Amino acid sequence: MKPAPFEYHAPNTIEEVLDLKYQHGDEAKFLAGGQSLVPAMNFRIVQPSVLIDLNRVDELSFIKEEKNVIRVGSMARERHLEFNDSIKKHTPLLHEAVPFIAHPQIRNRGTIGGSIVNADPAAELPVLMLALSARLKAKNKSGERWLDAKDFFAGMFTTALTPDEVLVEIELPFAEKNTGWSFMEVAPRSGDYAMMGVATLVTLDNNKKCKQVKLVYLNAGDGPVEAIEAEKLLEGNIVNDELINSAASHASEKEITPFGNIHASVDFQRHLANSLTKQTLKQALQRAEETLV
Amino acid sequence: MTQKISVTLTVNGTEYKKEVESRMLLSDFLRHELGLTGTHVGCEHGVCGACTILFDGESARSCLTFAVQADGHEITTVEGLAKNKDNLHPLQQSFWEAHGLQCGYCTPGILMSMIPFLKQNPNPTEDEIRHALSGNLCRCTGYQHIVDAVKLASEKMKVSK
Repeated sequence: MKPAPFEYHAPNTIEEVLDLKYQHGDEAKFLAGGQSLVPAMNFRIVQPSVLIDLNRVDELSFIKEEKNVIRVGSMARERHLEFNDSIKKHTPLLHEAVPFIAHPQIRNRGTIGGSIVNADPAAELPVLMLALSARLKAKNKSGERWLDAKDFFAGMFTTALTPDEVLVEIELPFAEKNTGWSFMEVAPRSGDYAMMGVATLVTLDNNKKCKQVKLVYLNAGDGPVEAIEAEKLLEGNIVNDELINSAASHASEKEITPFGNIHASVDFQRHLANSLTKQTLKQALQRAEETLV
Repeated sequence: MTQKISVTLTVNGTEYKKEVESRMLLSDFLRHELGLTGTHVGCEHGVCGACTILFDGESARSCLTFAVQADGHEITTVEGLAKNKDNLHPLQQSFWEAHGLQCGYCTPGILMSMIPFLKQNPNPTEDEIRHALSGNLCRCTGYQHIVDAVKLASEKMKVSK
């Protein structure tokens, strides 16, 4: 099918973007990379009457390293995240996970901000934002505000943004010292939506005790799902296989709420979550231990 | 709401200027406005890869881009690969020689995905080739001959350098 007609605007500056969004409010949708929005428009699942194309707003496509953070413009392409040296060095979890997002043909167009704002529970970037404790900057005509990733995702395809706001920047803190990472997912074919996936971070103190853990799951509920209780089981302890097994059981049976789909039943999703939790914890732990030597 | 927007873009080295409706997909623009029917349309939601083109040199789905977004940009379609039918691009020649196609519907998209892939990975392993092909669906071949063709192309393109 073909998209329904719409009024098209291609502003060049954030100021023009905010004026247009203020003027059209809920009637207007932003066009970022278009890799989720355009399919939905082709099927007429979405029929916005106004489209504000962000692709000509050059000031939104930066990736820059500062003292303790990396700042990423919301229109930075996923393919640019993949090959960025600062991201590789300071947020290795993100570097490892980006190649799992669809295919290069999609990542060439798809943007970090587009995927975050789309808030698809099966997408990788919302999960990564939560795991990395990212902060997100939203702007409207009267000012700007920062939101923590954990306050940003408000449910299935829903965020805390108001109709006159646009996401402009993502702030990614550098990985803490002695932090190991791991990202794994299982998809029917490479590039497909994953049936289950998990982003894992483990930070150790100098005595090999687990200082902080992050376990965040995709396709496991109505948004990115953090297994907070499973994290607490590990924190403060020297992690062994027994603890890993109980954290994996707790996360996969008690904390995630997968819905099941054509490719995977709920039971199978829980089974995958259990297995992926163990595997990612072991890999992240090993990587963290390597930094202690 | 038939707002028409002026678009100037370069396709395969030739500049075109057209008035289009904002909702026209780049895939339909290439096929219906420019008559470049080598770009095929399959699923129209970014899964099958038949409509893959180069957008400023990088592979992209032309069904997930509006023609108006290509204003000022450079597009390459499968028609831009060969100088003429007697001088195929080494990638096309390899598909011919290794029987990398049957019905040919998916072929233009696969070629346009493999051009940047081979540029970025001049010595790909079979695993890397299979991974790179995962964004393009073929319902005839079972992929084996496509993998062979891409491997052959990587060898040919090394020699021709």
